[in-house]
Amino acid sequence: MNRKKTSQMAQQIVFVGPAILFFILIIVVPFLLGLYYSFTNWNGVSGEVSWVGFDNYKQIFMHDSTFRDSFWFTAKFTVLGVVLTNVLGFFLAYFLTKPLKTRNFLRTIFFMPNVIGGLLLGFIWQFIFVKGFSAIGSATGLSFFNLPWLGTENTAFWAIIIVFVWQTAGYLMVIYISSLNNVPKDILEAAEIDGASRLQVLRTIIIPLIMPAATVCLFLAISWSFKMFDLNLSLTKGGPFGSTESVAMNIYNEAFSKNRYGLGTAKAIIFFVIVAVITSLQVKFTKSKEVEA
Amino acid sequence: MDVTKNYRAGTIITEVIMLLVGLLFLVPFYFLFVNSVKSFGDLLTSAASLPKSIEWGNYARAFEITRFPEAFLNSAVITIASNVLLVLISAMAAYKMVRRDSKFNRVLFVLFVAAMVVPFQSIMIPLVKVTSTLGLMNSIPGLIVCYLGFGVPMSVFLFHGFVKSIPLEIEEAATVDGSNAYGVFFRVVLPLMKPMLVTVFILNTLWIWNDYLLPSLMLQSQDLRTIPIATFAFFGQYTKQWDLALPALVMGILPVIVFFLSMQKYIIEGITAGAVKG
Repeated sequence: MNRKKTSQMAQQIVFVGPAILFFILIIVVPFLLGLYYSFTNWNGVSGEVSWVGFDNYKQIFMHDSTFRDSFWFTAKFTVLGVVLTNVLGFFLAYFLTKPLKTRNFLRTIFFMPNVIGGLLLGFIWQFIFVKGFSAIGSATGLSFFNLPWLGTENTAFWAIIIVFVWQTAGYLMVIYISSLNNVPKDILEAAEIDGASRLQVLRTIIIPLIMPAATVCLFLAISWSFKMFDLNLSLTKGGPFGSTESVAMNIYNEAFSKNRYGLGTAKAIIFFVIVAVITSLQVKFTKSKEVEA
Repeated sequence: MDVTKNYRAGTIITEVIMLLVGLLFLVPFYFLFVNSVKSFGDLLTSAASLPKSIEWGNYARAFEITRFPEAFLNSAVITIASNVLLVLISAMAAYKMVRRDSKFNRVLFVLFVAAMVVPFQSIMIPLVKVTSTLGLMNSIPGLIVCYLGFGVPMSVFLFHGFVKSIPLEIEEAATVDGSNAYGVFFRVVLPLMKPMLVTVFILNTLWIWNDYLLPSLMLQSQDLRTIPIATFAFFGQYTKQWDLALPALVMGILPVIVFFLSMQKYIIEGITAGAVKG
């Protein structure tokens, strides 16, 4: 009996031990350290770290207008980005589940931008906004293409939205397609026989039945847009005038450019709380909308 | 008769509209490829038109400046090694956590799920401190250790759901035949987990290959640069030199595009499986 117990213990250590070790080292320890540093004036270089209580948090909430601006940018971006990418992803999926001859080819195309990393995408689009759009503008005369896309605060915001939607809609499309394929055909046929219009079928049957996919897609889109860093780093560098600086970028700059590590970790903790609260509220809300066929 | 005719017309219209949308999605790639082979002057005067002459020399120069083979190799080593180790330790952990339903393992599972919502940026600052204390800075093995830590929660979570669907009878049969616990896992369970292994491999590959922020914090030496880091460094030096930048970008995206086109079926399946379980 005792030998069996030791062997059980040994197995637990061999099988689960490595995963726990890396998890603790890379996530748990930095997380707890961050919590501690957020109450200090750590500058990242000197060994001297002194406790400052809630000073960092007070500083952020009362006096840090750049953090507030980056937060509003991120919030605005998240709302628009999440809605647009889900709407586009859903409609691409909706039409690609129709018997189109080119649907496999189209799926490939819509998904392709997603396999490229945000950093490289941002650089590619930088060229398109600066050179490509103006070439289209002078060929067609459309003023839309002659805007200084990355040059003004308003257009730079939309530029990032455009790239984000282009990049992520295909991923969400894949999830929506698999969900649409699982909508029972007999229900759709029954609705058609009963004379329901296409819009009615979409609104009263299809959308309620694909809510599990919507839960996942909203979750993914929210966390992608909230955590955005690579894309605006390479596309706008947070400019013009810091107008497209995301929260993630603000945290990065606070620590690694200004060497205010204590303040940076306090921002990071606030960021974590916001992301955790928003995503869990969203999952709770959309889960309550899920129905069974 | 009239209904089918209508239906066909509707489908054709949908098809045409979708093809146009698809074309719109491809426009950025057109700009990228076409301009990557133009001379600098040609590129500045007409970015939308086809090249007057094809300048493969752009590629040769960009290849040299970004030290492309080195960056490619670094990216490949980091992605493959992280993946192999991550899949192994996560599959093992998930297997034991399902089969040995102790309180400890249940709490651990909850911790892993909770960790999935922690954004990387909220722990990156102290992470730099931890990794430099442990001597993991500026080394590829050190970066791989970080990927193991960050990848474990999601990978264990995906395997966890999958192991539950493997019938216990198969393992019992193997035990009766004289395999010990390790033999049962490696010879019986692991091969059965193959579909989820592929899913986890693909999700982690796309993440690690494209990741910029973590390697930018961890790797300082020029000879350790990954493709995203080399691209970023390149843009810092050669701003607005599009005749060099565009070929560098084409080379940067080519490996992952080839990976996608050749593994497309698995990638789509993997994302679907990952999303349903997530």
